[in-house]
Amino acid sequence: MTKMNVIIVTIMMMVTEGNKIELTCKATPDFNLCVSLLKSDPKGVSADTSGLALIIINKIKELATKTMNEINGLYKTRPELKQALDECSRRYKTILNAGVPQAIEAFTKGNPKFGERGMVDAGVEASKCEEGFKGKSPLTSLTKSMQATSNVGSVIVKMLL
Amino acid sequence: MTKQVCSNIGLWLLLTLLLGNYVVDLEASHHVYKRLTQSSNTKSPSVSQPYRTGFHFQPPKNWMNDPNGPMIYKGIYHLFYQWNPKGAVWGNIVWAHSTSTDLINWDPHPPAIFPSQPSDINGCWSGSVTILPDGKPVILYTGINPKNQQVQNIAEPKDLSDPYLREWKKSPLNPMMAPDAVNGINASSFRDPTTAWLGQDKKWRVIIGSKIHRRGLAITYTSKDFLKWEKSPEPLHYDDGSGMWECPDFFPVTRFGSKGVETSSFGEPHEILKHVLKVSLDDTKHDYYTIGTYDRIKDKFVPDNGFKMDGTAPRYDYGKYYASKTFYDSAKNRRILWGWTNESSSVADDVEKGWSGIQTIPRKIWLDRSGKQLVQWPVREVQRLRTSQVNLRNKVLKPRSKLEVYGVTAAQADVEVWFKVRGLENADVINPSWTDPQLICSQMNVSVKSGLGPFGLMVLASKNLEEYTSVYFRIFKARQNSNKYVVVMCSDQSRSSLDEDNDKTTYGAFVDIDPHRPVSLRALIDHSVVESFGGKGRACITSRVYPKLAVGTKSHLFAFNYGSQSVDVLSLNAWSMKSAQIS
Repeated sequence: MTKMNVIIVTIMMMVTEGNKIELTCKATPDFNLCVSLLKSDPKGVSADTSGLALIIINKIKELATKTMNEINGLYKTRPELKQALDECSRRYKTILNAGVPQAIEAFTKGNPKFGERGMVDAGVEASKCEEGFKGKSPLTSLTKSMQATSNVGSVIVKMLL
Repeated sequence: MTKQVCSNIGLWLLLTLLLGNYVVDLEASHHVYKRLTQSSNTKSPSVSQPYRTGFHFQPPKNWMNDPNGPMIYKGIYHLFYQWNPKGAVWGNIVWAHSTSTDLINWDPHPPAIFPSQPSDINGCWSGSVTILPDGKPVILYTGINPKNQQVQNIAEPKDLSDPYLREWKKSPLNPMMAPDAVNGINASSFRDPTTAWLGQDKKWRVIIGSKIHRRGLAITYTSKDFLKWEKSPEPLHYDDGSGMWECPDFFPVTRFGSKGVETSSFGEPHEILKHVLKVSLDDTKHDYYTIGTYDRIKDKFVPDNGFKMDGTAPRYDYGKYYASKTFYDSAKNRRILWGWTNESSSVADDVEKGWSGIQTIPRKIWLDRSGKQLVQWPVREVQRLRTSQVNLRNKVLKPRSKLEVYGVTAAQADVEVWFKVRGLENADVINPSWTDPQLICSQMNVSVKSGLGPFGLMVLASKNLEEYTSVYFRIFKARQNSNKYVVVMCSDQSRSSLDEDNDKTTYGAFVDIDPHRPVSLRALIDHSVVESFGGKGRACITSRVYPKLAVGTKSHLFAFNYGSQSVDVLSLNAWSMKSAQIS
């Protein structure tokens, strides 16, 4: 009987672990994006909520780095956009140098409200960068990705507070 | 052969030099940025810093959050605070330290507590001071250990003969309290120990903020000698659904009168004491308190009727105010409250200006004679900064009028107004569903007339009101044909700046006063902060604003009335405030 119990409990735990991502993502504004982001990290399947928040913040870091590279390229190919690109540089540097490190330390050490700021701010900085192009942005697709990721992350952080 | 070698070496050297330069140019942008921000942080603050305060406590640079371990020792006030030595965001936190003889002018000292043992190697978070019976101050604080768990540690002064207590030593026995499998404490939700107090059994008690799922709780630990601590089976208090309880504070107040009570006090004979439990809720980012009694036998806090320790409880301050903490000022027999006000600007702006976070002016705090709320008022010492007084008496503010107050430095001022309201019978009846003053204020801005109001002050205003922050009242009848009134106080930042980047949320509070009597409003204005006090400290609202035009000498001050009834200004006193040594 006890062996059976152990097997049942283990199966239940495995099912719950697998379901934790789905359960968490159901609460977010973009279920599919959330699931794909969390599952793309090998730690996602067994992570607790703090761990899931860390995965999202790392995705934000990757996306911000990718966008910075894109911005640096645009300085050469679209020099007429320099002013807007300068503002975007400033915004994305803020994400990478301030928001992300703060959030990583906060989630790792258990003070999620300071991580919330970094998570939410990523979307804000991306929006501000986008606005600088006054409707003719070459970064729109990356901006939308960042906003969506930030929105998903913000909901996950709230669960930690 | 040698020439070949030499020229080859030479070529190599040249190549290396060129490569070296090129590599430096290619240095990862975040390293360059770090270097630049670090060097710009040491530049003199003359580089366009329109938002730094003149008399509110803030360090010269970088991020600050919670006030820690406030105390008075041998006549000198101490303030420690969470500070990041490396930048304008939260992180790498240490206990920075300043002292003062008057709570207004501060001398900085080197950081008092910083990572140095396993029990705090990953962070020195918030905590409190307890003054032991022999007069020695001891710090209890949260440390982050190598496993990133939250534990509680002790530190004491290295040299008690140093009046500034600059150096502190930590017990090798740290941590004093730690989560483990037996006590089941959540290792990422166990922080912010309070000032300890003595029980009748001569045992010390301290509470630490925690949570279990959505239950917020104050975990109690007891000790006979301040070194060996035992977890009590029951928390001092808890609430299901409120989430994490940060920065708890637990202290006695006299039922009548405004003097302070020492934290361990049982009160004078024939003196009634009440107790106050306060928490900072992670979830809502506000500070709340409840008034009640302390059952010393069961070691439990029992809130009075009508009080619940959650987001429905009254707040110290209805604006930007968090992580507050009180201490008993034995020199002047008062209890003093410190609170942290963060920025309402974007992270990018904080990084650019090189600093983030201020403390409010310390407030004396006591129980209102109604017994139903606490009252706060800026410490008297702040008045020593007052200079060049302007006084207006008995002016009528007609409907849709404003009155400029000349002769003060409007960006750095202390203003106190007394209004006399006429025609109370013409007040609108309050909509019974309007139970949230913040919503009332944000849905009705100053351009919306009501029966009585809005009337109040416009501060940090540009000449033609392109920018202004308005702090004002609206008065409603509680019910039709009633002689009872509801007074709402608003702090409206929605037009505070042409810059779209800031958090311009409107704040609101009910003020428990009878508008048949004069209505008072005080505002401490300091470049990017406005601390407003309605009803002589019955409602407090702190806000942060970042005007582009209303800066320095281009800042103006108005009294205004946009309601449909005239309002009398019985008296308006405004003072330019001298600058203080703010850290």
